[in-house]
Amino acid sequence: MSHLTTETFDSNARAALVDTQLRGALRNATSLFGKRRLAAARGLENWEDLRTQARAIKDDVLLHLDRYLEEFVSNAEQRGAKVHWARDASEANQIVCDLARQQGVRNVVKSKSMVTEEIHLNDALQASGMEVIETDLGEYIIQLAGEAPSHIIVPAIHKTKGQIAELFTAKLGIEPTDDVDKLTSVARNVLRQRFANADLGISGVNFAVAETGTILILENEGNVRLTTSLPKVHIALMGIEKILPRFVDLDVFLKLLPRSGTGQQLTTYQSLITGTKRRPEDEGPEQLHIVLLDNGRSRMLAHPTTRQALACIRCGACLNACPVYQQIGGHAYGSVYPGPIGAVITPQLIGLGKASQLPYASSLCGACREVCPVKIDIPELLLHLRAEITDRKQEQEQAGGRRQEQAGGRRQEQEAGGSFKKRTGERFAFRLFAAVMTRPRTYEFSVKVGRLLQRSIVRRGKIGRVGGMLAQLAPPLGAWTNARDMRPIAESTFREQWRAGLRDDTDPGSDT
Amino acid sequence: MRVALFVTCLVDQMWPSVGVSTLEVLRRVGCTVEFDERQTCCGQPAFNTGYSAEARQLAERFIQMCEESEAEAIVSPSGSCTAMVHHYPALFDNAGDAQENHEWRRRARAVAERTFELSSFLVRVLKIDDVGARWPGRVTWHDACHALRDLNVHSEPRRLIGNVREAEFVELDNADSCCGFGGTFSVKYPEISVAILDQKIEAIEKAGVQAVVSGDASCLMQIGGRLSRKGSNVRAMHLAELLASR
Repeated sequence: MSHLTTETFDSNARAALVDTQLRGALRNATSLFGKRRLAAARGLENWEDLRTQARAIKDDVLLHLDRYLEEFVSNAEQRGAKVHWARDASEANQIVCDLARQQGVRNVVKSKSMVTEEIHLNDALQASGMEVIETDLGEYIIQLAGEAPSHIIVPAIHKTKGQIAELFTAKLGIEPTDDVDKLTSVARNVLRQRFANADLGISGVNFAVAETGTILILENEGNVRLTTSLPKVHIALMGIEKILPRFVDLDVFLKLLPRSGTGQQLTTYQSLITGTKRRPEDEGPEQLHIVLLDNGRSRMLAHPTTRQALACIRCGACLNACPVYQQIGGHAYGSVYPGPIGAVITPQLIGLGKASQLPYASSLCGACREVCPVKIDIPELLLHLRAEITDRKQEQEQAGGRRQEQAGGRRQEQEAGGSFKKRTGERFAFRLFAAVMTRPRTYEFSVKVGRLLQRSIVRRGKIGRVGGMLAQLAPPLGAWTNARDMRPIAESTFREQWRAGLRDDTDPGSDT
Repeated sequence: MRVALFVTCLVDQMWPSVGVSTLEVLRRVGCTVEFDERQTCCGQPAFNTGYSAEARQLAERFIQMCEESEAEAIVSPSGSCTAMVHHYPALFDNAGDAQENHEWRRRARAVAERTFELSSFLVRVLKIDDVGARWPGRVTWHDACHALRDLNVHSEPRRLIGNVREAEFVELDNADSCCGFGGTFSVKYPEISVAILDQKIEAIEKAGVQAVVSGDASCLMQIGGRLSRKGSNVRAMHLAELLASR
């Protein structure tokens, strides 16, 4: 499941839908997290105010990001941290691998970090000959399974207890058990040993405070504490959008993030790290490196509509609330960032062309917007991306058409036509739709034609499964009726009934 | 009150009884109802699929038509189409001439301000939550997403149903979760759409009702289509149909 691509979203999703274990696990977990989030949010009277406040802080950060970043870097370096800038994934990987090599690192412990997943840091470190181990339990599980996380905060959400037990038996050679405490303690024993031997700790960052140069990392297992304090070197990676201006802003975000993510009032641990240790008796690493990653973020920042996606604090609440994610899980999206926010961010990371299915993978129900702690209007962003996709199609079609004219060859024609066939059909359909809907008489005529055409397929007042030729001619009809009956066009439309007497019938008692 | 009925293209063609029922309810509560036969579609299918130029074309047409009506309110038996009209001003944010867009936004806002979904028109505007309906049986309510989240319609339909004589109302589990329709989503990703739908169907079956009521014909076609395919006896019913019964 870990090597699915975004381009094959449709077939990934179909495969997920027939995986009953996956769907069972998702159903339990997403509904549990959803309920906990709601209870936690209701526990605070000023929840809505906090959301508004958080968004205002984020908007300010994004508007003045250059200034806040400079302030953060200057304060962090004053306290002994070394800051590195990475334009993209390969630069970030290079920086980390070079640092590790300079320090003679062999064993790396990592705490959970989506940004390191985004740049595939583990692959880069392993290619450089280093041993890397994930120390968050969920991340450890999927690392053992050779998979990618399927949720922003619950990486192994797609796995059942039974599957994890089997995995541990196969990979760690333990006696088969489905006792969660036993499984956890097995993992703990393995990880403790790794911590003791580690010479580099790598973490992500939840928030970075410009005013003090502090980074904050939230967790529940204590593994972040160990990752960032035991090894002599700590490298923290963060997207450039993680900045908060003032220390006091943490108050707002510490109320929102744990509640939105896991439904906790607060995570078990909050590690606030400001620079390196000052005196020999202090705890913590001797070196702290902070890698600031752009990787498409400044491009998002430049656009007034997509900019708001950078306000995301990676709580995962929109995934749990999304009816599509609830059914297919995260792997089907073929992206590090799945679900509604993933459908918005992924096109910015890998290009809209490759990710063109994702903005359509939503019923636009708005549940994501409702739960978002920073009020990102995800449906609006999905609609914006859909409009961009259809614009792009138009450009490509025109470019394809020109190529055809110039080449004049049949082969080019087929190639260009083939790759855009479906989209051309859709565009044509919507042009036709607009042409019909702007002309009431044509609209009425088309209704009459539809009524004639449907005669052969209406049985007992409904249209059952439509297959064969007809489904090929009208794919939406086949797609709809495969599992759902369809209402036929009425014998007499509302406007026909209006003209036939409804207009003058003012007797409120009339029976319809 | 003088009211213009925006029946929606879906109801007009596929479910005219919803339009007839809406008309009857509005007349029963004392409205004078007009119906402009030039109306077609609000443009939502095009807009939601990414064809904003086509959507804008239909929006301009709808705005012009509404401006010619002197009705105090434009009422529709659809939360989704009403939400689309409320979304019109945003259609004029980008493409085209700035001055022209500014003017269109002003006109779009004026139309949006007097466009209402049926239940919120009855309860919020007319302050009526009992329309004298009678329907013997057990019913439940499905919150259509756009009515719920774009128009904040939640208590209005429940109050109206609560006052239907002989009807017993039960809350649906996860009444506010999507039915999986989502416009073209329902045919672009039919398997996902139906997987989402089946959770709704499960909740409806658990509720043990004679009818599942909602405020949007689109959700009801999705829910009703699956109920019918499964041979269920539960009826998918529009709020207008329930309120027109007596």
